[in-house]
Amino acid sequence: MTWVNAIIQGILLGGLYALFACGLSLMFGVMKVINLAHGDLAILAGYLAVGVIAVTHIPTVWSFLIVVPLFAALGYLAQRTLIQASLNRGVLTTLLVTFGLSVVIENALQQFTSANSRTLGIGSLISKSLHLGSQITIAYLDLVIFGVAVVVLLGLQYFLSSSRQGRLIRAVADDREAAQLAGADYRHVFGIAAAIAFATVALAGIAYGMYTSFTPTSGTTALLLLFAFEAVVIGGLGSLWGTLVGGILLGVVQQLGAQIGSNDQILAGQLLFLLILLIRPQGITTSRRTA
Amino acid sequence: MSAPAVTAADVRVTRSRRSPLWPALGAVVVIAVLAYLPYLVYAGTTSLLVNFFILLIMASMWNLLAGYAGLVSVGQQAFIGMGSYLVLIVALHGTDPFIGLPVAALGCAVLGLIVWWLLSRLRSGYFAIATWVIASICYLVVIRFASLGGGTGEPLPGLPAISNTLLNAYTYWVALAVAVIVLISLYAILRGRLGLVLTAVRDDETGARSVGAQVSRAQLLVFVLAAAGCGAAGGLEIISQPFVQPTAAFSVQWTAEMIFACLIGGIGTIEGPILGTIVFFALQQWLASYGTWYFIVLGAVAIAVAIWAPRGLWGLVSERLHIRLFPVGYWVWPAGQAAGPGWARLRRPRPDAAARR
Amino acid sequence: MTASPPLLEVRELTVHHGQLRALDQVSLTVGAGEVYAMIGANGAGKTTLLRAISGLKAPTSGSILLDGADLRALRAEKRATAGIVMVPEGRRLFPSLTVEENLQVGAAYARPGPWNIDRVYELFGWMPQRRKQLAAQLSGGEQQSVAIGRALVANPRLLLLDELSLGLAPVIVTRIYDTLPGLLASGVTVLLVEQDVSQARRVASRVHCLLEGRTTLQGEPGQLTAAGIESAYFGLDAAPGAPA
Repeated sequence: MTWVNAIIQGILLGGLYALFACGLSLMFGVMKVINLAHGDLAILAGYLAVGVIAVTHIPTVWSFLIVVPLFAALGYLAQRTLIQASLNRGVLTTLLVTFGLSVVIENALQQFTSANSRTLGIGSLISKSLHLGSQITIAYLDLVIFGVAVVVLLGLQYFLSSSRQGRLIRAVADDREAAQLAGADYRHVFGIAAAIAFATVALAGIAYGMYTSFTPTSGTTALLLLFAFEAVVIGGLGSLWGTLVGGILLGVVQQLGAQIGSNDQILAGQLLFLLILLIRPQGITTSRRTA
Repeated sequence: MSAPAVTAADVRVTRSRRSPLWPALGAVVVIAVLAYLPYLVYAGTTSLLVNFFILLIMASMWNLLAGYAGLVSVGQQAFIGMGSYLVLIVALHGTDPFIGLPVAALGCAVLGLIVWWLLSRLRSGYFAIATWVIASICYLVVIRFASLGGGTGEPLPGLPAISNTLLNAYTYWVALAVAVIVLISLYAILRGRLGLVLTAVRDDETGARSVGAQVSRAQLLVFVLAAAGCGAAGGLEIISQPFVQPTAAFSVQWTAEMIFACLIGGIGTIEGPILGTIVFFALQQWLASYGTWYFIVLGAVAIAVAIWAPRGLWGLVSERLHIRLFPVGYWVWPAGQAAGPGWARLRRPRPDAAARR
Repeated sequence: MTASPPLLEVRELTVHHGQLRALDQVSLTVGAGEVYAMIGANGAGKTTLLRAISGLKAPTSGSILLDGADLRALRAEKRATAGIVMVPEGRRLFPSLTVEENLQVGAAYARPGPWNIDRVYELFGWMPQRRKQLAAQLSGGEQQSVAIGRALVANPRLLLLDELSLGLAPVIVTRIYDTLPGLLASGVTVLLVEQDVSQARRVASRVHCLLEGRTTLQGEPGQLTAAGIESAYFGLDAAPGAPA
């Protein structure tokens, strides 16, 4: 029954991946920006949480109350200044600028924090696990993270489909000029989208920090950007449900791969990604139209 | 509409503004000086220059991909690592590792073909991250082989049993030769038809396709060439170390260095990566004692250059002084005029010019 | 002749696309309550003119004035809230949004005025039943109506209509143009671009012909002859057509 356990672990892990991925998906869907610093931003949020906890002594689980709004503001600022400036130049420039940002963030973290790995200590309450039968163990933390991911994705989906701001975001994503003609400043709308994306990535980073330990270079060494990207591609761009499905599939395949051999966890996920690229590049949940 | 002012018989078309004789002579002199260097300087300097040539090759390849074919790859470390490991495999079979260099280049060319077949339908952002995934896969596959050193790495066997200084010098000369070959090949390719197609693609891919340019074939060729070049660089890397460590061999750090060198030097010209590599190494020597600050500054400079000086240092220089060391364009001269690019460049109409008709 | 400035004034407008001069010293005025039609062949510069007025394209020289105030500093979205709303060429609805959502986006930054989504539903009777459909699934004529509705709910003072008739059957085009008097009655002024000269002459109070970016003809439809319009449209004479 360890296979069942692996699948369950994979599903829960998929929630974390989906949380990582939705910010990436949003920025690409709305602004056509692939943020190569995405993984490093998550780690930055983790370090920020560590700092906030050290200063304010609030329980770890509430650190997001400070870090997430901070990151949202950071996202708006970054979009209106740096990212918009590089968007005006072209696709190559946005890739280069976000790549440069990734390097700056990683090395700044290395410079200003110690090289030791950090973790966000979680309270004794959620470090316990649920035991179903003799073979299935579900950590409460993993359940909580999965729950948070579903709530965030649900909330985001609802926001985009039913609110005025969400409509504006979708309109600007469809046709920037037509939205301008309707009176919408697309730069501001982009900023809102970036703020939301940064907020979710901060949440993902804090969740990650509770889940495992991290170092300044975890953004690249832990392949967080790659996993987020793979989740988006596997699930299909343009749909937040697709992102959840993609994250879950990736998590499950990785955990199953880990059952085969401890070194095969990541490779299994990469191969799934390649397979999807080959046979269904638009992703599982998207129809061919938007590929 | 009046009749055209100039007909084909009235103009002369040349490949460069001035006679290409002087830059060619200069290049020969530079190469000769570089070749003589091992007799003049310590081994430490030649080792540094080997690293310089390796980065120069990689930067030129990345520039070819991004600056000419419009392909942004953040996964070239796949070919660098595979190049190192191909040389290792050759050496493990008892052959001189230097023979392994062309094997590495060829092998990576084949790998490049496969990777292109997998990724060619992807658009820019997707393509970029997918190349990173490929590099990750190559790493994960390679470390499974204990015969290649697994996850810890493997020293390179089979190097000639000669003194360290001599081996150093041989490595240096080979690295210099490979760099020169790469640059000359690049120049030859970009001067020809492929260069024209690539420049058209860089400027406007749809427009290029509409005039019949074989865009996909050109991009395929470029990707395979870049893979081969990075493979050769990887081969040089393992020879110069002389060992391979998988995390370092497949590290995204290579991509970072390539990108910075190209960005600072100037994307889209042959001279750009050369200048960029020089600046990169100079900065590295100067700031080496500052540790991670070096990368913070480098990253910030890269961001600034990408947004505000997208043509890089060489772009700034060549625009002011109209110099091209590797002329790949065309100059149009009115008949009978010896020099002076007077009306050779099209000017933007000034706003008030419209008022005078 | 009142002392107040015309609603829209374009003075000596020159617009370039790179090195191509798309508009050359074009001038016109549109008074409140008018229907002003720009006609001309493909590439004459009509759409460029509308894009310059709406703020999507910066001119090389010349000025655009709304109620006598120069619009130079205003970005496109600010011009929309100032009262200049364009229905762009090709409709350009938001394809992933429903009909109702398209209208809601149009109303997001609306000025106060008589138009709202319900009134648009009254104007186009078929719309309420289809309002939950994705805009991309509608026919060309239906999309055109939604595009006009999306502009109307913003309560424009000046409505810019770019090539309404493109890709639509003449019957549909006539039906759409028949809604114009209702718009005028609610206080909207219309500046439209039209390749179909007969439609333009039918609905316009004044007609303005462009050829290769230059004005070749201006005047009221009743005062222009078919031959005069033809030569101005196609540039049959070597010299520019009749002055305004």
